[in-house]
Amino acid sequence: MIAPCVKTGQEMIFLYKIARKKSLNPTVTQMEIEAPLVAAKAKPGQFIILRVNEEGERIPLTVAGTNKEDGTVKIIFQIVGSTTALLNAKEQGEYIQDFAGPLGVPTETEGIKKVCVVGGGVGCAIAMPVAEEFHRLGAEVTSIIGFRNKDLVILEDEFKACSDKLVVMTDDGSYARHGNVTVPLKEMLEAGEKFDLIVTIGPLIMMKFVTLAAKPFGVPVTASMNPIMIDGTGMCGGCRITLVKDGQRVTKFACVDGPDFNAYEIDFDEAMSRGRMYQDFERHAYEETCNLLNKA
Amino acid sequence: MAIIPKKHEMPTQEPAVRARNFSEVALGYTEEIALAEAQRCLNCKNRPCVEGCPVNVQIPDFIAKMKTGDFEGAYQVISQTSALPAVCGRVCPQEKQCESKCTLGIKFESVGIGRLERFAADYHRNSGAKAANKPVPNGHKVAIVGSGPSGLTCAGDLARKGYKVTVYEALHVAGGVLVYGIPEFRLPKAIVAEEVEGLKELGVDIETNVIIGKTLTIDELFDMGYEAVFVGSGAGLPNFMNIPGESLKGVYSANEFLTRSNLMKAYKENPVTPIMKGGNVAVVGGGNVAMDAARTALRLGADKVYIVYRRSLEELPARKEEVEHAMEEGIDFRLLCNPLEILGYNNTENPRDPMNGFVQKIRCIKMELGEPDASGRRRPVEIEGSEFDLDVDTVIMAIGTSPNPLIKSTTKGLEVNRKGGIIVNEDGLTTRDNVYAGGDAVTGAATVISAMGAGKTAAAAIDRLLSEKA
Repeated sequence: MIAPCVKTGQEMIFLYKIARKKSLNPTVTQMEIEAPLVAAKAKPGQFIILRVNEEGERIPLTVAGTNKEDGTVKIIFQIVGSTTALLNAKEQGEYIQDFAGPLGVPTETEGIKKVCVVGGGVGCAIAMPVAEEFHRLGAEVTSIIGFRNKDLVILEDEFKACSDKLVVMTDDGSYARHGNVTVPLKEMLEAGEKFDLIVTIGPLIMMKFVTLAAKPFGVPVTASMNPIMIDGTGMCGGCRITLVKDGQRVTKFACVDGPDFNAYEIDFDEAMSRGRMYQDFERHAYEETCNLLNKA
Repeated sequence: MAIIPKKHEMPTQEPAVRARNFSEVALGYTEEIALAEAQRCLNCKNRPCVEGCPVNVQIPDFIAKMKTGDFEGAYQVISQTSALPAVCGRVCPQEKQCESKCTLGIKFESVGIGRLERFAADYHRNSGAKAANKPVPNGHKVAIVGSGPSGLTCAGDLARKGYKVTVYEALHVAGGVLVYGIPEFRLPKAIVAEEVEGLKELGVDIETNVIIGKTLTIDELFDMGYEAVFVGSGAGLPNFMNIPGESLKGVYSANEFLTRSNLMKAYKENPVTPIMKGGNVAVVGGGNVAMDAARTALRLGADKVYIVYRRSLEELPARKEEVEHAMEEGIDFRLLCNPLEILGYNNTENPRDPMNGFVQKIRCIKMELGEPDASGRRRPVEIEGSEFDLDVDTVIMAIGTSPNPLIKSTTKGLEVNRKGGIIVNEDGLTTRDNVYAGGDAVTGAATVISAMGAGKTAAAAIDRLLSEKA
């Protein structure tokens, strides 16, 4: 009932089939996974937890879209570590071990008439369904998407289709406009654009500066957080972030309270520090996996 | 025959050896020891031990079978009322339950009921005996949320009566806290897997990766044809102390630390899920979870492990055997101490120093016991000026959890108390018709056996409800 099953000699094991796979750029891959129950429920802003194989780690990935007719869930991931490298090694028609969700609270869209969606890098994969949802609900959507260089640009056509205005930026100027996403955002705000909400999704450092840029104009900003997680269901507490509310520090859990938070309250510096907790381990594990995959 | 005053000792791995491996600490009685220990039971008439058992195992009856060497028969007696004998024999706080009521215990040491239960369960498992035949289906469908001790017990009891039971589990493997929480050296995962397998043989379906409250709601379960639902969703988010420094790198909740090690197998060589290991570790708290975390840290290779607990040894809530084992293994108990702050490394000259933000010390203050508080325990009070620092690399907070919010937030009419625990009556019935609950989701963090007791009570109530409907 949950997913197609595979007979393994003794027992039936439920697995999740990769219905379609597409490379968006050399380091970013899109997959559509058969998971009908998740597809029926998932809303923009929510995420899933997956394991590639039986010994695999649990990683959270944001839902990039759903196809309710064929029961698939779209995920877009950057190959940054061991697990994403293993996932990327799977081909269309193959299966992954576990796929659970949807988790987290969907992005708040109510009452928003004019929105600015600011995405950075692979964060654009998460920003895109949010922009689409606002567009579907009839809001006026401005999208600003930024990438390091021309080769890394993803989802430009998709953003074009759901945005009333789209600005593409590259850090090195190798494509579209030169500079980072805060430049056009500031220009728009200074020119008197009145957004009801800015939604920002991308690297923590980018979201921090988007928040700082918006602050003088008093525009509400929502940031989508993507901390280290294990269970994703409100049990382990690893995904905790600190909000500062009226001078009080409050602990929140991204998996059940988020992943979206009022960006003005987020302690971004702490989140960045916590995100680096396993940096050495991850680099080592990634190299090992790459060596293994290269041999294979 | 003269009564042997002391309970037969449990054979264990040597402390110095076991402190560095993840194999089971307690090795279990041999057949000879089990026979001898069984003889200590007086088979007294009023059977106080049975009352002390939350699932009413018929203790004198199973011990009577053991006296004759009928270990399989003993197992059958236990399994009539307990869905998880091999688990209970290992993790129940018997000294507070059955064994605390034992008549022999008035003058001597009580009968080692837990150790005998474990022997019977292990005997059954090793004999390869098959479970009883599948019960005759009665046509009713029941859904269970969560595959921890309460859910598995409720599922087992209902399946034996012919109910079609489906257990929904949010994680990728069944067992709940028995798998993610309790470490391998105290409860081998193979045993949990076999208990789960036994339920499957009874016809119970287990669906992993389904988060009730998210993937499916309680209302949808009823739409799918389930006539009753039992919610055993377990402990939720970990509590923190709200002291400075809890967001530093190297501070874990016990849930996270144990989940990384147990569920995600970070204790194995070349794990895919990372965990901080080695160095000095401070575990804050005094319950079973704190003991588990401390002993796991030691086995992962810590140089020194502290337990920091604000009351005294007498108030330590952990199972007695675990405290003794932890002490034998060299865990340093800093009793009557309370953390004030966790201090991290901060190189002010180089903000890019990779060590910035990692834990360095935990600052504690000594406590003394004052007047009894509402719980009846003497309240710890700070001793002014007694602050001291412990040099540590990792801090693990094991100070309890709050119930999981996912189901409450998506189920209309399901009421919870001030602490977030689901409100139930004496049958385990919630404020929603046909929805029952039990275990940590109701009580907040408690024991495996009390959760099993709640699962059992609810199963009986669900049976009454649905058999009337017929």
